[in-house]
Amino acid sequence: MTLAERIRRSRPVNEGAGAWLAAGSVALSLLMLGGLLLLIAVRGLGHFWPASVALVELEDGRQLAGQAVRELPLPDGQGRERLYFTGNRDLDGGVWAWLPVEEIAAQRHPADLVVLERQRWGDFIGRLVAVEPRETEDAPGQSDPEGAWMQLQARLAELETLREARETLERETIRPLARRLEDDPDNVEARQALEAATARVTRQTAAMEETTLVLESVAGDRFRQPLDAVLAASRPNAMSTGEKLGAWTQGVWRFLSEGPRAANSAGGVWPAIFGTVLMVMLMSLLVTPFGVLAAFYLNEVAHQGRLTRLVRIAVRNLAGVPSIVYGVFGLGVFVYGIGGTLDDWFFGDSLPSPTFGTGGLLWASLTLALLTLPVVIVATEEGLARIPDHQREGALALGATRLEMLTRVVLPMAVPAMLTGVILAVARAAGEVAPLMLVGVAKLAPQIPVDGDFPFLHLDRKFMHLGYHVYDTAFHGDDVQAAMPLVFATALLLVLVILVLNLTAIFLRHHVGSRHAMTAP
Amino acid sequence: MGIEGMVNPPVIDFPREASCFDIAGLSLAYGDTPALEGLTLRVPRHRVTAFIGPSGCGKSTLLRALNRLHDLDETVTQRGTIRFEGQDIHAPEVAVDELRRQVGMVFQMPNPFPMSIYDNVAFGLRLQGGLTRRQRDDVVEWALGAAALWDEVKDRLGDSAWSLSGGQQQRLVIARTLAVKPSVLLLDEPASALDPISTLKIEDLIRSLKGQLTLVLVTHNMQQAARVSDYTAFLQQGRLVEYAPTDTLFTNPRLAHTENYITGRIA
Repeated sequence: MTLAERIRRSRPVNEGAGAWLAAGSVALSLLMLGGLLLLIAVRGLGHFWPASVALVELEDGRQLAGQAVRELPLPDGQGRERLYFTGNRDLDGGVWAWLPVEEIAAQRHPADLVVLERQRWGDFIGRLVAVEPRETEDAPGQSDPEGAWMQLQARLAELETLREARETLERETIRPLARRLEDDPDNVEARQALEAATARVTRQTAAMEETTLVLESVAGDRFRQPLDAVLAASRPNAMSTGEKLGAWTQGVWRFLSEGPRAANSAGGVWPAIFGTVLMVMLMSLLVTPFGVLAAFYLNEVAHQGRLTRLVRIAVRNLAGVPSIVYGVFGLGVFVYGIGGTLDDWFFGDSLPSPTFGTGGLLWASLTLALLTLPVVIVATEEGLARIPDHQREGALALGATRLEMLTRVVLPMAVPAMLTGVILAVARAAGEVAPLMLVGVAKLAPQIPVDGDFPFLHLDRKFMHLGYHVYDTAFHGDDVQAAMPLVFATALLLVLVILVLNLTAIFLRHHVGSRHAMTAP
Repeated sequence: MGIEGMVNPPVIDFPREASCFDIAGLSLAYGDTPALEGLTLRVPRHRVTAFIGPSGCGKSTLLRALNRLHDLDETVTQRGTIRFEGQDIHAPEVAVDELRRQVGMVFQMPNPFPMSIYDNVAFGLRLQGGLTRRQRDDVVEWALGAAALWDEVKDRLGDSAWSLSGGQQQRLVIARTLAVKPSVLLLDEPASALDPISTLKIEDLIRSLKGQLTLVLVTHNMQQAARVSDYTAFLQQGRLVEYAPTDTLFTNPRLAHTENYITGRIA
């Protein structure tokens, strides 16, 4: 056999199996990831789309208005039944109705059905009869739904302005005055100013309560609804696609910018977004210096003996400790130990109510910093090990001391690795919920931990967190069914927040990297 | 004849006043592996001295002992003395960073720092401090000129040093070392990673520097040693075999062993 014959193919080459298997696993992973994101995106974002309201007439003559949610086959094969969201908890006691499909005689979408978002009792679905001052007698005369609707929208806009004015007054006048009085209780001037401002708020509140709506459910129950408890009104059946898109955008914006209502089962998640981002940033600030210094010590300073190897193994294994264990540690050491001692020393006046001796932003950040410390140490150490020795020797040969060599040559070269560690730490910390439940996250923290009061950043306050918010909304509301879309929307938001945090760190790494042109040798 | 049998290797001697380094009975081991054994020689001031020998003969180890770079390696044990201008470099009163400033070193792999060309040359100056910006600029220009690099980089001093070619990087490293005004320059196979033209430039540079500096060159390229050095020491298995003026060693070696090596009969 000649060499030429030897290298010719004697049998068909089959590199198929391995390559297909590998490609298949990648495809499957991508499919699952895409499916996950698609599910939470559709279920979460779909919630804000104004669904049309159906007026359902049943065989037995009953009438019902609601938004169709889903349809399931009946268990014994007796046809199908459909779930409607009917709202009106104050009238019906519940907000859901399962209706057998074959009992539905007719289904229409009349344009005059309104959906009102209310502060109490959830949504109202039905007809608007009139907009009246509170004291008028019931006059079931000629109703003018179109006129009433126009009037309602005008009043809602006024109400929005009034609410904003009241909030501004409270924030800029009443709270500072109250603080001044706390420090100086005999200040007559401040007391008078405070009373005047409070009176104005009372007057405004009364004005807001002045108007009531006369509402009627499709079943014929008529009642009065104070206007100030109405947050938003819409007539989904009368909306064009453009208007629906506008309403959707507004809904998403309110979800992002407002605080939660009704025991987290409605409203927005702004405090949770803020709490998550603030906690992660504090955690990064705490973990980076500690992790980097530890890695420098292990890799550059310590004698590379058995003890160092042991420490290194221990650090890597710490990364595998379940996060709830860190939570328990944080509760025992940070909250009860250090926090309790701080309270004894500095906040004795307010005991027995704790200041730092209870879960809070600082302790949560510290606990997560501890949790992510191994990640930062390992990543930084790997970066340090990649720096060639001749760089270090080059600096020493120029008369640099060890410290100068480390700070001027090794540290700048290790920055990308450090930032990689921080990226990994952020990704891990932003998604952690279990330890936070022990050391400072709250179901509802109406005040975000940053405000205009000294010292501006309140490390002792409890805070809200998107991850915990998902858990709380999904399991602890009175109506889990109604809160489910919010769970998906919050989960989607959590993913997006982590993505943004990571992109920031990656951008930072790229920026630092390109400044030193870290490409060659 | 094995070199183990030689008791008194033929060496030339310089008067103590003319020698820059005075090495006496130097033995060095990495852990249990001996690298140098009982080395005694003097390195003349303001001359180029080359260490040649096969791979693993200890020539680089000897060079790194001269500015105490072995201090970093905890496994190294060392006996004997090295005097630099009469001062024992291991004496407790010696400041190692000041020693290394006086005894500059250029490595086999060009190792510019990941910063601009200017910052690389100014690195040692900034460590010392005490210069105005203007003075520092002048020293940087002088050092780049002395390393024959100024004309090539004067318009792009702010560029990353890693954007230079290998030969330019090596001359940049030499400029960086010259900037701190050392009295000795140790060169550890400075041209072995470079192309022939860059090598010639480095060799020209070595020749132009020897009036002001003591240069010690480690090389495995015997033609290079013959071209640039004034004195050559031949090392094998951690011992000094022969040390003579370069002309003598290459044309008329006293030992057959040396002759075999430089004529390429042993590796």
